[in-house]
Amino acid sequence: MNVLRRILFIVALPATAFVILWFFSADIRDELLPRQKRFFLPSLPKILEVFPDTWLLQRHTPAGDLPSRLTHDVVPSLIRLGEGYGLALLIGVALGVAIGSSRPLRALLEPVLEFLRAIPPVALVPVLFLLAGIGDTTKILVIISGCIWPILLNTVEGVRGVDPTLADTCRSYRVGGLLRLRTFILRSASPQIVTGARQALSIGIILMVISELKASSEGLGHTIQEFTEGFQYPQMWAGVLLLGLIGIVLSLLFRLVERRVLVWYHGQRVAERASS
Amino acid sequence: MTQPSSVLSRAGRSPALLGLLGLVAFGGLLEVLPRIGVLPSEYFPPSSRILVALWHELGRAGTPAIPAFGTALGDTLTTWLTGLAIAVAGGAVVGVVIGSVPLLRELTASSIEFLRPIPSVALIPGLVVLYTDVVSTLVIVVYASFWQMLIQVLYGVGDVDPVARDTARSYRLGVLHRIRYLLWPTALPYALTGIRLSAAVALILTITGELIIGSPGLGENINLAYTALDAPTMYALIVVTGLIGVVANTLTRAAERRILRWHPSVRGEIPV
Repeated sequence: MNVLRRILFIVALPATAFVILWFFSADIRDELLPRQKRFFLPSLPKILEVFPDTWLLQRHTPAGDLPSRLTHDVVPSLIRLGEGYGLALLIGVALGVAIGSSRPLRALLEPVLEFLRAIPPVALVPVLFLLAGIGDTTKILVIISGCIWPILLNTVEGVRGVDPTLADTCRSYRVGGLLRLRTFILRSASPQIVTGARQALSIGIILMVISELKASSEGLGHTIQEFTEGFQYPQMWAGVLLLGLIGIVLSLLFRLVERRVLVWYHGQRVAERASS
Repeated sequence: MTQPSSVLSRAGRSPALLGLLGLVAFGGLLEVLPRIGVLPSEYFPPSSRILVALWHELGRAGTPAIPAFGTALGDTLTTWLTGLAIAVAGGAVVGVVIGSVPLLRELTASSIEFLRPIPSVALIPGLVVLYTDVVSTLVIVVYASFWQMLIQVLYGVGDVDPVARDTARSYRLGVLHRIRYLLWPTALPYALTGIRLSAAVALILTITGELIIGSPGLGENINLAYTALDAPTMYALIVVTGLIGVVANTLTRAAERRILRWHPSVRGEIPV
């Protein structure tokens, strides 16, 4: 009964919203928008109708069959996102541990890093295009340049905040080197690292799209822009929908990973709450 | 604890000085690297040339094609602060209402989790065909920063101490008193964190909107400098956006410390 109730609560609002939009999205639009703009916003059934043909299925053209946009555009975009995000994670954590463990280094670099973090990553896109030319490398660099700051700065914070008693214990037992890094430093900092990684993921998705808007021949962002320029609005909105779905799926995946990595932390929190 | 073995660690006792040293060294590095040819100087001008470009940019009169620096800065700040104000107010009101009614909280949880990860740039193509440039930018700014605020306020409202809540109930505190003495002190630190995060996100989205949609502001000027292959001006404007971010972050953190000086998390920081 309880499970049923929970499921009901989860689906109630989204399902209601979907049903209302399915039947009335055209009416709502006509109510809200002036006549000449209605063309830009197709109704929900129309968007969903073109969705599979546009994004998932093989395309038949007079010139021959083209692969589906899923494999031709979406997957390459996601691979670039994965590469950029993974590299940012690697570099960010490595630099973060190095900077966080040394007090003078931290004092020296903190203002510089705060400044670099504050630069909107999108503003760097033209710079990177100038520097690295047009191609996959630049797009990956764009993603790294935005993702790295939250990871780096949160790792620094996490490494700085390690428990001094545990640090002394490590020293007493002569736990050093890689063992210390793996079982003490990274473990203690992992809640913060995960927070940084979560912020970086949403920045990464945004930059994945933006890196494809200029000087690109494939990719999710590029295709959506192509539809806009070609006045194919149902297809464009289907792309927006797909992008939203990708965001949701990635954040769900992230939560799964987070729950595994931080299982000890959440357990500890629950225990602390219960005892206080 | 560590032995003061090097000059660096001795200087570590005055972190502000070291930080300044770091900034100067960073500027110096960006001056030297392009000059000795490690970085291509036509794309990566030395920092002195960026400063000169910034100086020129500050004094340049506006043209119809490229608005003056002051105008662009004003446009950016207006969009940013308007969007931030809407998002913060909306996030706070919605957060308190949803957070204090358990039934609403349960009903909306899945929808919030569903809508929040939708990347705001996904909305851009749709918005630009429906609205003017300025409104489109404002919408993505509000959309992105609203969630930051909402989530923080929801956490804050949910964090009310059960003992304190029961005490309030025992003393039959009315709604207003409960908001004043129970909800407000608990949720305030969360709300302030929410404002700080929202401010950072809103600024990033403002510049993004200006760059991509082309609404007036610093982002548009960055794009114009890029199109004109005027690298020094482009970097100068990027530096300005970074500085705005640093100032915003410093101000909100200082305000946080001042407003929350009674709060244990701030009080614990002082004796070092």
